Amino acid sequence: MNLVLISLAVLGVTGLVAAVLLYFVAQKFKVEEDPRIDEVQEALPGANCGGCGFAGCRALAEACVKADTLDGLFCPVGGAPTMQKVGEILGKAAVAAEPKVAVVRCNGTCEARPRTSEYDGVHSCQIMHNLYVGETACAFGCLGCGDCVAACQFGAIRIDENTGLPVVDDEKCTACGKCAKACPRNIIELRNKGPKNRRMVVECVNKDKGAIARKACLNACIGCGKCQKVCPFEAITVENNLAYIDFTKCRLCRKCEAECPTGAIHAVNFPPRKPAEPAAAKPATPVQPAAAPVAKTIAEPTPVEQPKQEEAKA
Amino acid sequence: MNTFRIGGVHPHDNKVYSAHQSISECPLPQKAIIPLVQHIGAPAQPVVEKGQKVKVGELLAKAGGFVSANVHAPFSGTITKIDATTDAWGMRMPAIFMDVEGDEWVETIDRSDAIKRDCPLEAKEIVDKIAVAGIVGLGGACFPTHVKLLPPPGKKAEVLIVNGVECEPYLTCDHQLMLEHGEEIIIGIQILMKALGINRAIIGIEKNKPDAIDYMKQLAAKALGIEVKPLKLKYPQGGEKQLIDACIGRQVPSGALPIEVGAVVDNVATIYAVYEAVQKNKPLISRVMTVTGKSLSKPGNYSVRFGTPLSDVVALAGGVPEDTGKIIGGGPMMGRAMNNIDMPANKRVSGLLFLPENESRRAEVENCIRCAKCVSACPMGLEPYLLSKQAALGMWDEMEKHSIMDCIECGCCMFTCPSHRPLLDYVRMGKAKVGGIIRARQAAQKK
Repeated sequence: MNLVLISLAVLGVTGLVAAVLLYFVAQKFKVEEDPRIDEVQEALPGANCGGCGFAGCRALAEACVKADTLDGLFCPVGGAPTMQKVGEILGKAAVAAEPKVAVVRCNGTCEARPRTSEYDGVHSCQIMHNLYVGETACAFGCLGCGDCVAACQFGAIRIDENTGLPVVDDEKCTACGKCAKACPRNIIELRNKGPKNRRMVVECVNKDKGAIARKACLNACIGCGKCQKVCPFEAITVENNLAYIDFTKCRLCRKCEAECPTGAIHAVNFPPRKPAEPAAAKPATPVQPAAAPVAKTIAEPTPVEQPKQEEAKA
Repeated sequence: MNTFRIGGVHPHDNKVYSAHQSISECPLPQKAIIPLVQHIGAPAQPVVEKGQKVKVGELLAKAGGFVSANVHAPFSGTITKIDATTDAWGMRMPAIFMDVEGDEWVETIDRSDAIKRDCPLEAKEIVDKIAVAGIVGLGGACFPTHVKLLPPPGKKAEVLIVNGVECEPYLTCDHQLMLEHGEEIIIGIQILMKALGINRAIIGIEKNKPDAIDYMKQLAAKALGIEVKPLKLKYPQGGEKQLIDACIGRQVPSGALPIEVGAVVDNVATIYAVYEAVQKNKPLISRVMTVTGKSLSKPGNYSVRFGTPLSDVVALAGGVPEDTGKIIGGGPMMGRAMNNIDMPANKRVSGLLFLPENESRRAEVENCIRCAKCVSACPMGLEPYLLSKQAALGMWDEMEKHSIMDCIECGCCMFTCPSHRPLLDYVRMGKAKVGGIIRARQAAQKK
């Protein structure tokens, strides 16, 4: 009994002394920190994805508190509502930014891009890109190993089994830009989400001349410039045999989509075209199961010589 | 018998298939594509126009910088276009396309077989001639040779090391070249010694080529200052830094060039090209390459002019065997599988290897068991297991600290790994990344 009492007393006294000591030390070496940093951090999503350009949510919170205006500070994950909250806490005006989304600019599906070799190395786009052109003849297109899928912290990208291409879930994507950095071929771009998530995208990054690009992939942009001519808003530029739609100028008229001879231009999340032209408004493969069906105009395929199958396998 | 001190592995040399096959000329093709990037450094700039007629040996493209090399016409004929072509790995590269018409050579080139011994030229004239001829290291790296012959200020070359090692399994082109053109190689060595202002040269040859060792020893006995050093078998003895260690016992410090320890290393094929350029005025327009494989009907060593489609060379060797799984450009250790054999022969391709399907598949990858075999095998003293992990995680700064740039991509780590881990794939990718970061940093510092 005595032993129990003694041990309790010793432990109790030690604990008490330590607590008193720690209290005074804590007072002595207290680091003064703006309490608003904690508040701001609380308001941020806490994903620590680095999409804002800072090391993590805490770093962004510190930057927000220090900065005079919230100009250039934006949390892509939380978006405008979060920045609104941060602005309220700090008494600064939040800068409104268009919500963005990651867009995969390659539509070289398994059918459109014939295989020319077989890869049995490490399952990584980065490594395959370092070694050679990839399993198809397109030196610009998606390699399909899913480096972007691995990079995404929000489960917003998956590889479609039928097309072999990554598919971005608009709802889950926070536009943090990790996938764009992970892609060795710079296929993924952050673009404005657009009204009702509708947007026009040239889903190709092939800079080869038309004939070569077409030989490698039926859906490639051949740089013919038809879309540039038809665009009433000068939103399309063709450079290095590749068309690019400036999303700040595009007014979603869909003229380019109908004009594109290879179907490289996609109108995303638009309702299907008038039912009167069933051939032209054939809905493509279900790209986004959660979103509206994607309309895709398929032009009459011109006869193209199939790339020769090599005996060699990489 | 000497060898290098750190690491190394002993793959089966498999040279029996093409060894002692005399060098045969590959016939001229109908159409040729001459790549403008056949070396390390800036692409060559074309100096010819579409429709122009050229003779063999005429300049097609000028070096695009200090580290770059001239490209000469390997055929006579008409230039049809200057456009991009597909390389062995499917990537696009600039090239000159031509229709081959006859075989008319530039008059100044001496095409006789007579051996010309004396070289009255001064050191500077020799270096200029080598630069004009577009000679690059034919051992594999394709570094322009004239750059090596101009040591940076304050550095002095003491010894020329001649690489007759050919440590890559299967390849036999250097071996055969020594047997057939040994005398020319000795003269080439003397020319390079004169260009460097030195009086000592060592020819390193691995002991699996006893006939080459004997023959070169016999020839070297007549020349002053040239010594033949038989070396123990060990891969990668043909690596520049490993060969210096094996021949003169000096170790090149991390990140430094061989000139730091007073050595200049050149391959025997390069030296033969130097002889032809200086004594015969013949620019570098062809090379000897080994076409080999277990099931190939006519493996051998072929002298191929640059621009000949590799498929022509393959046809000469008996066509692609049916059981082929992979076609490797170069040797099995450092070469890479190709997916386009229509690509033109060039300064870079030292061999074609046809691996049967059953040998070409990668084994199943298992977990790292921390046995450190890769660390013992690495000839540069690196830690491949660690570097590959760092590359997979994108820790580029850490990789730089662990001397990734010293890696020579020899593949010893992957060869020796009992778990078949793809170490070299990751290390190579990391090296490319870190190299890019370092170059970007240097460019930023210059500004």
